[in-house]
Amino acid sequence: MPRWLVPTLYIFFLMLPIYWLLAMSFKTTNEILGGFTLWPQEFTTENYRVIFTDPTWYWGYFNSLIYVTINTVISLAVALPAAYAFSRFRFTGDKHLFFWLLTNRMAPPAVFALPFLQLYSSVGLFDTHIAVALAHCLFNIPLAVWILEGFMSGVPKELDETAYVDGHSFGSFFFKIFVPTITSGIGVAAFFCFMFSWVELLLAKTLTAVEAKPIAAIMTKTASSSGYELGLLAAAGCLTIIPGAFVIYFVRNYIAKGFALGRV
Amino acid sequence: MTLELRNVTKRVGVETHIYETDLTLATKGFNILLGATNAGKTSLIKMMAGLERPTSGEIRFNGENVTGVSTQKRNISLVHQFFVNYPSMNVFDNIASPLRVARESRKDIERRVHEAADILKLRPYLKRRPAELSGGQQQRTALARAIVKDSSLVLLDEPLANLDYKLREELRDQLPQLFADRGAIVVYATSEPSEALMLGGHTATVMDGRVTQFGETSGIYRTPRDVATAQVFSDPPINIASAQKRGNEILLGETRFAAQGPIAARPDGTYTLGIRPHFVTSTPAPNSAAVSGTVQVTELSGSESIAHFAMGNDVWVAQSQGVHAYDVGEKHDFYIDTTGCIFFDGHGALVV
Repeated sequence: MPRWLVPTLYIFFLMLPIYWLLAMSFKTTNEILGGFTLWPQEFTTENYRVIFTDPTWYWGYFNSLIYVTINTVISLAVALPAAYAFSRFRFTGDKHLFFWLLTNRMAPPAVFALPFLQLYSSVGLFDTHIAVALAHCLFNIPLAVWILEGFMSGVPKELDETAYVDGHSFGSFFFKIFVPTITSGIGVAAFFCFMFSWVELLLAKTLTAVEAKPIAAIMTKTASSSGYELGLLAAAGCLTIIPGAFVIYFVRNYIAKGFALGRV
Repeated sequence: MTLELRNVTKRVGVETHIYETDLTLATKGFNILLGATNAGKTSLIKMMAGLERPTSGEIRFNGENVTGVSTQKRNISLVHQFFVNYPSMNVFDNIASPLRVARESRKDIERRVHEAADILKLRPYLKRRPAELSGGQQQRTALARAIVKDSSLVLLDEPLANLDYKLREELRDQLPQLFADRGAIVVYATSEPSEALMLGGHTATVMDGRVTQFGETSGIYRTPRDVATAQVFSDPPINIASAQKRGNEILLGETRFAAQGPIAARPDGTYTLGIRPHFVTSTPAPNSAAVSGTVQVTELSGSESIAHFAMGNDVWVAQSQGVHAYDVGEKHDFYIDTTGCIFFDGHGALVV
């Protein structure tokens, strides 16, 4: 058996659905429903034109990106000091608290959908970006704390001491020395926050109606009296992959380090 | 300048890291803390640095109580055993860090960093990150950061322990010059007696959280106050055995020899005999007494032969000049230079 066979098959099967999605996005719905074609017979960019010109479509992407970004920022801003405390100090119940944080990830999001909906409606946060961003913090902050704690514990305490000896105040040490030291950890944590928030659909869909509706929820509107507009749906799907691919490209080296530290 | 520890203790939970300690350190020469790993050297250094607060007692600097003063306000330098530099900064910024915090002018910073870099031969590496340097260069960077500011207290916590032999020798020769004429109190922790002897100055021997003796290094080596100090300050480990004094003779197992020195004036009884390995050799000499034991382990270090041999219930170490062949498991005669014997009384205190 030639050496290239297994990897080739692996990549072939891995890429096949993505190729199919891409091919579909350049076909007309009639061609998709009409029969089996390996590549678009009647090449069209009409599907993409619709998405880029119709605000209800492209605002779906903006909405998703907005709450994902807000969520990532909040998660990191909260997780950095928390992870520092867990990695550097011993206090009563620290291990229990650390584990409890992680248990937040064990409950399915559906459990929280109803209480969140009720709570946000009553305080006027329903259908806002911040509502989804805050809801996603429930899963992302524990994850970010967990990842960052691993990276921070890899930095010897002597680094902190050296900085104090040099005269750095805590704030100066934390932002000028410590944060730059663990950039790869922050990169990994940011990546996971971004991805979880980007692919999470249930809470995002439940907590929004019009103003902050995510792209995945907007895709369901292609169902019309004449059936699904499959070409349009495929084009939207292709565009949804892009942000994730971008983020993976930028943090791929950090992720490898994260694996090496055993925390990802 | 003086640094004084007054009745300082340190407890963490139920464990006592440092028992009540009094110590007064001055600017003249190095102040060496000599002790095994976990003896409490690092605890002492951290308390001197203000990184840890003593459980009780006071730390005074020039007579002023600084016990609660934060590390940042103490004007000190600290070099750790592990090479600690800021990984995100290049060597120049690493060395400049204390000066930047002190808001020195840009010109001053550049001049002083270059000075320190020249002394420690780091000039070609200023643009590199610590991760791109060898261990010796990393530790030299840490040392440069320690000398670049005019600190009044320099704490060196086994700075050479993690370096390879050649580099260690080279840096050890440099260290005293580096800190001479700076007017700073230099504290140097080490676990190697030979290092303490080479650096000179004053030594405090530390064992199990207690400072057993403090004084001039060579003085402590020659006349350790008690058994613990003698054990800390000997490498290979000092031979300790129980001996009887009867009349003007010393009885060590089956070996007898004449009592000389301070022990001669003491009453008969049981004493603890201590003798450094280099006084136990495989060649007879005037004044020597023969003992014999079963050779267990032998080591050869170029010009010296070291043999561990069992005598009764004790294991002794003999350190002879030249190369000697010992057969492991065989009985062998060794000769004690009786003038090298030191005696301790029933409480472990030196007989003087």
